[in-house]
Amino acid sequence: MSEPRIVVTGIGWVTGLGHSIESVWKRLLAADSGMEPTTRFDARTFPTSFAAEVKKDFDFRSFVKDPSVHATAGLNSQFALGAASQAWKQSGLDVKPPKDPRRVGLYLGAGEGVLDFDNYVATMLHAWDGATGKIDGVKWAARGLASMDRLKEIEQEPNMPLAHLAREFNCRGPAYNCLTACAASTQAIGEAFSILRRGDADVMISGGTHTMIHPLGVTGFNRLTALSERKGDPTEASRPFSVDRGGFVMGEGSGMVILETLEHAMARGATPLAEVMGYGSSCDAYRITDIQPDGRGAAVAMLAALRQAGIDPHARDAQGRPPIQYISAHGTGTKENDSIETKAVKRVFGDMARDIPMSSIKSMMGHLIAAAGSVEFITCVLAIRDGMLPPTRNLKNRDPELDLDYVPNQTRAAKVDVCLSNNFGFGGQNDALVVTRFRG
Amino acid sequence: MPRQNRRVVITGIGPIAPPGLGIDAIWSALLEGRSGVGPCSIFDISGFRCPFVAQLPADRFDVKQVVPKSYRKATKVMSRDIELAVGAAYEAVRAAGLITKAHEPADGKVTIPADRMGCHIGAGLIAAEENELTAALATSRKADGGFDIAAWGATGMQNLTPLWMLKYLPNMLACHVTICHDCQGPSNTITCGEASALLSVGESMRVIGRGAADACLSGGAESKVNLMAILRQQFAGRLAQATASDDPARIVRPFAKDAIGGVAGEGGGILVLEAAESAEARGATALAELAGFGASQSFCADTVGADPGRDGEGIADAVRAALDDAGVKPDQVDAVVPFGCGTPALDAAEAAAIRGVFGARAAQLPLLTISTITGNCGAGFGAVAASVAVQALRTGMLPARVNGDASQGVDAAPVAARKADLKTVVVYTPSLGGQNAAIVLRRAS
Repeated sequence: MSEPRIVVTGIGWVTGLGHSIESVWKRLLAADSGMEPTTRFDARTFPTSFAAEVKKDFDFRSFVKDPSVHATAGLNSQFALGAASQAWKQSGLDVKPPKDPRRVGLYLGAGEGVLDFDNYVATMLHAWDGATGKIDGVKWAARGLASMDRLKEIEQEPNMPLAHLAREFNCRGPAYNCLTACAASTQAIGEAFSILRRGDADVMISGGTHTMIHPLGVTGFNRLTALSERKGDPTEASRPFSVDRGGFVMGEGSGMVILETLEHAMARGATPLAEVMGYGSSCDAYRITDIQPDGRGAAVAMLAALRQAGIDPHARDAQGRPPIQYISAHGTGTKENDSIETKAVKRVFGDMARDIPMSSIKSMMGHLIAAAGSVEFITCVLAIRDGMLPPTRNLKNRDPELDLDYVPNQTRAAKVDVCLSNNFGFGGQNDALVVTRFRG
Repeated sequence: MPRQNRRVVITGIGPIAPPGLGIDAIWSALLEGRSGVGPCSIFDISGFRCPFVAQLPADRFDVKQVVPKSYRKATKVMSRDIELAVGAAYEAVRAAGLITKAHEPADGKVTIPADRMGCHIGAGLIAAEENELTAALATSRKADGGFDIAAWGATGMQNLTPLWMLKYLPNMLACHVTICHDCQGPSNTITCGEASALLSVGESMRVIGRGAADACLSGGAESKVNLMAILRQQFAGRLAQATASDDPARIVRPFAKDAIGGVAGEGGGILVLEAAESAEARGATALAELAGFGASQSFCADTVGADPGRDGEGIADAVRAALDDAGVKPDQVDAVVPFGCGTPALDAAEAAAIRGVFGARAAQLPLLTISTITGNCGAGFGAVAASVAVQALRTGMLPARVNGDASQGVDAAPVAARKADLKTVVVYTPSLGGQNAAIVLRRAS
């Protein structure tokens, strides 16, 4: 018996560019940037003091059935609830919920929650003994227990968005959260797809949610020199594939999708938005800080996804097009990533690589870290739907070494039937998904 | 047989827990009913509900002594959680008789090609090492002693080593392990609290089952022996109320009527999972067969899962799914390794699940309660539990049990180690957050 086909029946996102599918998509196609000075904390003296934050008009309570159930939701859970509610509604499962909640699972790539920074630091400093260079545990416990909030602390566990979504949509099936840095939600969608293919669920809610726009998040990335420290207009700071790129810009938010077996979707009369055909995952096993310089690990993941989808990377399709008509790049805008990703794509597609448009929406939306893959996957679904490719913003000064078609600065109309979505994480995880137009 | 369902066996186990690194130390502690609970050597934690932890003493484990010389420098960027995973992986690889890149083989030959080796390691929310971070934070203080974020942003943060954050990303456990042993196949980091290790084992099983790898290093590790984790355990209602004068060996009382809560622990483990055909081809001894896996989500009354609900339905769903997957009937199960950390509400939910799945047999179905030596080591727990189950199947022994009783209608009362004819053992873990994972292990044929 052949394995079941897996389709996408709902999509939703909450990002720095807005919190509905159409509003964000419109801004992406307008090459609009969500970067502004950081407001989540006082970052004025930090090397990087801008980000693409979810705007204050986002209120998760307007998306959920009963906000009081989620009264303690942290930011990641709030974003996830907003995005998943859109997707769930679009899929029609809100009107006619699945019969058996045990056949509805979750696989998220959610990040760790936001530290209660002020109370945390105050507790640390209160208990600090400068003379010995050590924390006094008794003083720490007294202050920490008195000042920190019980549920705010539990909410920081990375599996809490999962708990909120399970509760909101009554999911009792397999439930996972993976956290493989910037590859997490691509991996989550790939594993959700694998669970459905194996027949272990009928419906999976999948995607990612994350914010690291907080003092220690920005500190961590600034110390790694991974963030853009560009002065001037923040909307020009994220410059993937540009010769003067200097690092990524943080975004935040969530992308969520409803995946289900075609059989289940058809039986309830749902409309597939796209089909997931292939998933590939590999590990660099190279270095803690660097990517394999020849792009081998990334290429292995892409090739595995293509193989599963039955796509020969060197064969043009019946219309003479490359087998993939759009690549949603990881495209962070760091020196290393963009150069190695370019090498990896060439490794996979050879001479045809130049004919495949590949853009980075991180140039506009910023880098959603664990959630990056989910919003980029959704971008592929929309590119297929509308025949439009979102551009790579701020690509005015080409890097002579990077010679692919990055869809610079302007949206392009193109008939797209097959897309590849790539994400690579710190720590060496490489993940790729093949998403295609659904044909019944 | 379709590629999706290749048989998977366990060819090596590398658990790490307070008795030490490797199954021998842990197994002998379990046979003798020794406790793993004691005072905390890192901080004075008497300000919390429970002054005790289940900690692995420095003289029983030093990651620098475990890794090859060439990798010793990298131990500087390892948080405790990473150290535990790296140590466990070396032990598992050794036990499985695998030659990996870590052995620096003269002829370059490794047992399993790098692209056929996967790695799935569950991880927790890793706490920043308090003294290191605070030493840096303390450089940015206002005159009144309060934190000066402007000074921190401008200069203070430079007191942190550039790689600081890489100690605390959950996927750095797998990152180090994959580098050490050159695992270039599918790799993942599952972060579902206490369910993480078994969810990882299950994912490895599926990855091997569908042919994406021939072997996986799989498991989890976590240390909750730090201030933030202990605080969160207390907030989650998971810590025992005790004083320093109490007997630490009596704190954790799995399934007992007088259970008072658990203790924070540290530990975990890595298992070597292999396609049965691959293990057979290289002449490896299968220690046990990984026959089934199941996962589920509980309905949590309080959303975040601190209140697990008493019916244990979600836990039972995972166990039933694993039994179905293995093609095993509940009455064929010979023993169960529960989570059973001595937290009354959660123990009650687990007992309800066991009674629900096994019916009248529940009162006689032996439970292997290991939390008296592990405490709650979070994402690592399932890997210790699975290793113990494998060892029980191999040796035909059930370890001793202490501190529990039969009040919940399950077999948890104190008993000495004894022989038993074990063919099938179930292991499950419920997480704070409501995820449940279960596996079925079968004696190697």
